[in-house]
Amino acid sequence: MEDKKVIEVNGLTKMFGDFTAVSAITFDVKKGEIFGFLGANGAGKTTAMKMLIGISKPTAGEAKVAGYDVASEAEEIKKNIGYMSQKFALYDDLTVKENITFFGGIYGLTRSQIKEKTNELIEELGLQDHKDKLVGSLPLGWKQKISFSVSLLHDPKIVFLDEPTGGVDPITRRQFWEMIYKSADKGTTIFVTTHYMDEAEYCDRVSIMVNGKIEALDSPKKLKELHQADTMNDVFLKLARG
Amino acid sequence: MSIVVDSISKSYNSLKALNNISFDVKEGELFGLIGPDGAGKTTLFRILVTLLFADEGKASVAGLDLVEDYKTIRESVGYMPGRFSLYQDLTVEENLKFFATIFGTSIAENYDLIADIYVQIEPFKNRRAGKLSGGMKQKLALCCALIHKPTVLFLDEPTTGVDPVSRKEFWEMIKRLQQKGITILVSTPYMDEAALCDRIALIQDGSLLQIDTPEAIIKKYPKSIYNVSADNMYELIQRLKAYEYSHSVYPFGEYVHYTDKRTHVNTDELKRYLSGHSLANVSIDITEPTIEDAFMELAK
Amino acid sequence: MKRFRGFVIKEFYHIFRDKRSLFILFGMPIAQILLFGFAITNEINNVDIAVLDHSKDATTKEIINKISASSYFTIDQFIEREADIETAFKQGKVKAVLNIEKDFSKKLIAESKAEVLIITDATDPNTANTIYNYVTAILQNYQQGKNKGSNMPYQITPRTRMVYNPELKSVFMFVPGVMTIILMLVSAMMTSISITREKELGTMEILLVSPLKPFQVIVGKVVPYIFLSVINAIIIVVLSIFVFKMPVEGSLFLLGLESVLFIITALALGILISTIAGTQQTAMMISLMGLMLPVILLSGFIFPVASMPYILQLISNIVPAKWFIIIIKGIMLKGVGLQFIWKETLILLGMTVFFIGLSVKKYKIRLE
Repeated sequence: MEDKKVIEVNGLTKMFGDFTAVSAITFDVKKGEIFGFLGANGAGKTTAMKMLIGISKPTAGEAKVAGYDVASEAEEIKKNIGYMSQKFALYDDLTVKENITFFGGIYGLTRSQIKEKTNELIEELGLQDHKDKLVGSLPLGWKQKISFSVSLLHDPKIVFLDEPTGGVDPITRRQFWEMIYKSADKGTTIFVTTHYMDEAEYCDRVSIMVNGKIEALDSPKKLKELHQADTMNDVFLKLARG
Repeated sequence: MSIVVDSISKSYNSLKALNNISFDVKEGELFGLIGPDGAGKTTLFRILVTLLFADEGKASVAGLDLVEDYKTIRESVGYMPGRFSLYQDLTVEENLKFFATIFGTSIAENYDLIADIYVQIEPFKNRRAGKLSGGMKQKLALCCALIHKPTVLFLDEPTTGVDPVSRKEFWEMIKRLQQKGITILVSTPYMDEAALCDRIALIQDGSLLQIDTPEAIIKKYPKSIYNVSADNMYELIQRLKAYEYSHSVYPFGEYVHYTDKRTHVNTDELKRYLSGHSLANVSIDITEPTIEDAFMELAK
Repeated sequence: MKRFRGFVIKEFYHIFRDKRSLFILFGMPIAQILLFGFAITNEINNVDIAVLDHSKDATTKEIINKISASSYFTIDQFIEREADIETAFKQGKVKAVLNIEKDFSKKLIAESKAEVLIITDATDPNTANTIYNYVTAILQNYQQGKNKGSNMPYQITPRTRMVYNPELKSVFMFVPGVMTIILMLVSAMMTSISITREKELGTMEILLVSPLKPFQVIVGKVVPYIFLSVINAIIIVVLSIFVFKMPVEGSLFLLGLESVLFIITALALGILISTIAGTQQTAMMISLMGLMLPVILLSGFIFPVASMPYILQLISNIVPAKWFIIIIKGIMLKGVGLQFIWKETLILLGMTVFFIGLSVKKYKIRLE
C-alpha cells in the first residue's frame, strides 16, 4: 500500500429536496487499499457511491477519484474505474468468452488486447473447459469471479464492488478475496460497499455510514478494540443503535 | 417429531438439486439449514411445504404425510418464501388482513402471536408494502406467515439482504416464537447465524455435510486452527499455501486461518519460515474454529 | 365464502392502484371507437372543386348549382380549357375537377345518356373515393328528380347521404369488431397477466400453501375482470349509439347476455394462458400473438371470411371472436333474435366449457 491518495472526498453532500441523503462526508482512500464502505440500507452509501463513480452530481462539497473531479470530469473517471455488483454482473445468455469480448469492447480495448486478455483471464480462472459455456449455466461463485476479472479488464485504478460475495459458499468466497488481495497487491484500489459485516472484516480500513454521516473510520482491528467488540457486526450494532 | 425427512432426492433435468437428504426436527426445536446460494435449501423448503414433489424419499410435517395429507399440511404450516412475497401495492394492514382472511381467521383472533412483531410495523400500517425498508418487509412477511397460528414455521432465508440491526431483531423474534412452542425450520447462507439455532444441518450442492448442534460441530473439528497475520496479506497467503506442512489456508477477515498437516505444530518454525520470506510483523496465535471453518473442512 | 370475498377485494385493490393499467383499460375502448369511427367515416365537408363545363347549358347549370349548394363541395373555380385541369390540381387547393362533356343536355334528351368525368386527386385515395361517391350520389339524385319530374315537384331529398354513403356503413361494421377486440384484450390479457404476476412475485407460493382452493383463486381473479369488461362493453355500445348514431336494432338484453358469454370465453382463455406462461411478459406475448392477431385477421373484423383462402376459412372457425362478431352484428345491425343466432351462441358456449375444463385441469396445485 502506498501513500498516494486515489480517492479524496471533502464535505461531499447530496440532498434530495429537503432530505439530506449524504451529509458532508470526508475521507481519503490510498492506492492499493481495500476500503470498506459500510452502512445499513438507506444509510446513504449507494448515493455516495453514485457520486464517486460520476453518475450523480453532488449538491455540495467535492471529491476527486483517480485525480479527476466527480462533478466536472465524470467521463474521465469512468475510464479509470471498474464496477462490479452482485445484482448485475454478466449476461447469462452469452458465453464466458462472449461476455469478456463484450465488456472489453465497451471499455475500449482493441481487438488484439481483448484476445490477449481473454486468454489470460480464462487461464487464470482455470476456465479452459468452460469458456464456450453460457454464463447462466455456471455456479454463482464462478460468475462472481469472472465478473470481478471482467471489471479489471481495462486495468482500472479503482474497482468498486457492490456486495461482491453475499450468498457465495465459504470456500469460493475465500478464493474471491484472494483475487482481491492480489489485485490490491498490484496497486489497484478496491472500494467495497456492503452491509454484510463479515465482508468488512477483510478490508484494510472501513467507514461506517449512519444516516448520511460517516460515524466511524478505521481499520477493523482498531474499531473492534475501540468498541470492545469481537466482530465488525457487533461494532456496527453498537454504532447503528447509538 | 415435528418434521421427518427421509432420503429425499430431487433433480431438475440433469441437475441434482437434492441428494438423499434425511433429518428430523423435534417439536419446538429451532433447526437451521445452513448453506450457500444454490445448495438446495429453497428446493427442500418447497418440498416440505407441499409445493413440489420429491423424486424419491418420504417426508412428514406435523405427523402428516407430504403427499397424502398435503391439504391439512397447508393449513397448519406457516411459510415465508425467500424473496419478499407480499403484495407491494397493498398497505401493511391490507396485506395482513388479506392473509388472515384467506386462512379463515382474523387479525384480532391471533393478535397475541404477532403482537410484539406487529407493534414495530404498526406505525406504518397505511404504507404500501413496497415502500417499506428491507427489515420492515421481513417483519411484515413474518406476521403474514404467522397469522393463522401455524404449528410449524418455515422461514427460507429470512435475513438475506437485511442489515445487521434488522437481522439481530429478526433472530430475537424467531427465538420468542420458539418459546411459544412453534417448531421452526430456518435457512440461511450466513454461517454466523448457525450459533443461534438449537441444531443445524450444513448443506452444499444438494447434500448434507453434517447434522448436529453448533457446539458439537465445532467440537468435532479435527484440527487446531491458527490465526496468522502479517503486513502483506496476499504474500502471506501465497507463502502459507507453499509451506510444506500446510493443510488449509483460508483468509478470515484480518487473519488467515491456517491448519497444519501435523498434529503438533511448531509455530516458531512457521514464523521463521514466513519472516524469512520478507513478511513483516508476523503473528501466529491459536484460535477457536467457527462453523464456517467446519463447513469448509467438510466441503473440501 | 369470506375467504373468497377477501380475495376479490384484494384483486380490486390491485386494479384500482395501478393507475396506468386502469387508464389503458378504460381509455382504450374510447380511443379505439373514436379512432375507428372518425378515421373511417371520412365525411367530406366543403371540399374545393373546379368545374370545366363544355356545354354551359341549362341542365349543366342546374347540376353545378346543386353541387355547389351541397355542404360537401365548394366550387373554387371555373376553368375553360382541358390544359388548365392540371394547373388547378397543382395549385393544391382543388381536390376534384368535374369535366362535363359537350352538348350535355342534348345528349341527355336524345340518347338519355350523358357523361360527367370526375377527376379526383388520388394522393389521398380515401378522400378521392368519397368525393367520387358523393358526386355520383348528387348526379343520380338529380337524374331521379328529373325522371319523376313529370308528375312530381322537383325536389332533392337529403336521404341520399345515408343511402349513398357506403363508408358510413363500415363504421357500423367496425363497432362489433372493436368491441370484440376490447373484450378479448381486457379479459384474456389482463387475467393472464394478473395471475402470472403472482407467480413472478412469489405470492403464488403463499396462495398455494394457503387453504384457498384453486378454483377460488381462479374465480377470484376472474370476477373483477368480468365486472370491468361489462363496463367496457357498455361504454362501447353507449358511445356508438350516441356519438355515431348507430342503431341497435335487436334486444339490448340479448346483446348483454351474449357479451357476458364472450367475456367468459375470453377469461377462460386468459386462465389457460396463465397456466402455460411463467412470466407476465410471456403472458402478454401469448395474448397478443395468440389471441389478438386471430381476432383482427381471422374473425371477419377487417377481412371478410368469405374472401379468405379455404384453409384460413377453416381455421377461422376455431376463433371464438368470429362467432361473437356474427352474433353481435346480427343483434346490432339486423336486429335478429336468439332464434337466428342460437347456433353461434351454442358454439361459443361449447368453446367456453372446453377452455374452462382445460384450464382447471391444467391449473397446478404445486409449483412446476
